[in-house]
Amino acid sequence: MGIVIFDGVAYGMLLFLIAVGLSITLGLMNFVNLAHGAFAMAGGYAAAVAMNSYGWGFFPALALSFVTAALIGGVLEVLLYRRLYRSHPLDQVLLSIGLVFVSIASFTYFFGPSMQPFTLPPLLTGQVALAGMEVGRYRLFLILCGVLVLAGLLLLLNKTRFGAMVRASVDNQRVARGTGIPVQRLFFATFMLGCGLAGLGGALSLGMLGLEPTFPLKYLVLFLIVVCVGGAGTVVGPFVAALVVGVVDMAGKYYLPEAGAFLIYVFMVVTLLLRPNGLIPRKGL
Amino acid sequence: MFPISLSARRLPLAEGLFWLLLASGYFLLPEHLTLLSQILIMGLFAVSLDMALGYAGILTVGHAAFFGMGAYAAGLWAKHAWAEPFSGLLLALLVCAALGYLLSYLVVRGADLTRLMITIGVCMLLSELANRLVNITGGTDGLQGITMAPVLGLFEFDLYGRTGFVYTFAMVLLVFCVARRILRSPFGLALRGIHDSSKRMQAIGSPVAARLRMAYCFSAAIAGLAGALMAQSTQFVGIESLGINRSAEILIILVLGGAGRLYGGLIGAIVYMVVHDWFADMNPEYWMFWIGCFLIAVVMLGGGGLMGMLARMVKVEKAR
Repeated sequence: MGIVIFDGVAYGMLLFLIAVGLSITLGLMNFVNLAHGAFAMAGGYAAAVAMNSYGWGFFPALALSFVTAALIGGVLEVLLYRRLYRSHPLDQVLLSIGLVFVSIASFTYFFGPSMQPFTLPPLLTGQVALAGMEVGRYRLFLILCGVLVLAGLLLLLNKTRFGAMVRASVDNQRVARGTGIPVQRLFFATFMLGCGLAGLGGALSLGMLGLEPTFPLKYLVLFLIVVCVGGAGTVVGPFVAALVVGVVDMAGKYYLPEAGAFLIYVFMVVTLLLRPNGLIPRKGL
Repeated sequence: MFPISLSARRLPLAEGLFWLLLASGYFLLPEHLTLLSQILIMGLFAVSLDMALGYAGILTVGHAAFFGMGAYAAGLWAKHAWAEPFSGLLLALLVCAALGYLLSYLVVRGADLTRLMITIGVCMLLSELANRLVNITGGTDGLQGITMAPVLGLFEFDLYGRTGFVYTFAMVLLVFCVARRILRSPFGLALRGIHDSSKRMQAIGSPVAARLRMAYCFSAAIAGLAGALMAQSTQFVGIESLGINRSAEILIILVLGGAGRLYGGLIGAIVYMVVHDWFADMNPEYWMFWIGCFLIAVVMLGGGGLMGMLARMVKVEKAR
């Protein structure tokens, strides 16, 4: 029981890392970005290539994954996303599905369709005894990363001027713009940050989910569930939702393997039935 | 390029010509009748999606749920109960209308993201269900062993798909005419209004939520009917007819043809299926790459699909 919850929490942390950027994008600009997983994949591949071909260590590779995904995110924001903030959500969905398709095709072309090989650094292999359980070190590390990112984001959003501007823009964009907040630049920065975090999550998922070119499509629904169930535009919402989704999914795999992915969709539909705006809806809705 | 002008009175003529051209495929392309039937069916499916997405503006990315549901309903009905084709169509229509109406309460009340998620979620749920209930649906092998009784007790479904084509053509034309009538009625105009500005429609007293629910229900029913036609004409239901990939494919077809236009779905289906048939031996990854590029281009250039292009070339003069 305990180990199931622990694994579920570790899994949830990974989902949180990837999905939190999506939540901010959606909350800030109402942009339905289905290509978010592609940024995670880009970061993950950057880390994998750095480690496998250039002999980088695990931790520098993590940093590289963050930077690569953030840069790609920044470029695409300027080239494509920026023009569609006011468009109908259908256009945004089409653009991001197109990006997902192109990314899957190009990553298959350049890196092959198989899963990226990955060996854990010695520091993170093996088990460690914790509260009477033998838990995997890597999963512990994932949880640590998730908590650190959550703490960092909460500090950034609640204690800095930048965070205050982001919160103001999420709550009411027009008024925020009227008070002189540069919403466009703000969005650019948060978009890059969100993509970077997704890239970090993608690199970390090398050791848990595995990374292959179909990654953005395979886990897309999970990321969206996390954001949707948690409540777009918040940080705590996706965190709670990611933990619940992680534990529910893991518990389903352990105890009800015949139910498969069923459990998670039922959970989502029921949650949205009861709370259409998510578990922790943002203000100003 | 100067626009070709066309008087509004001539427009029904153009429509008639379009359907005649499709019908002439029976004589001109006798080897490709199966493909033609599939094009018609996908076209009808795209029209149903257009009703919900293009006209009513309900963001749905899981429409294959209804298509697959209709296909399984018709397939199972033919296999276990009665092989007569029209009864199967009716059953699929009713099942999907009921399902669509129930779901519409879930779908309509949320914001765009919630709508997107609910429709994807339901689609995934149903496809997982079909995957699990192996003894009913055949699981990943698909539903096999469907034998249809002759249409009207006279025309056998033959190997070359001749009966299949005529049957499909007649049903698609019939349903399309009904859809055309619905979309051109005051109800259809109200949908257009809601798509453009739901707040104003509410202000002038249009029951927005109820209209959207009805549109979703109609759309689901037509999608189910298209699925049933597919099941009957191929005498097989694959698990992928329910999946998210089919949903994405039909979305692409609709966008290619032009969303929010009556003939967008049909034109999109013709072009997409023919191109797909040509490049059938192409590596699926490259196919995906070009489809992706195409989607990005459509959004960035904002052409409104093939029908949008046509609308710029042909100017329709208002009848006085």
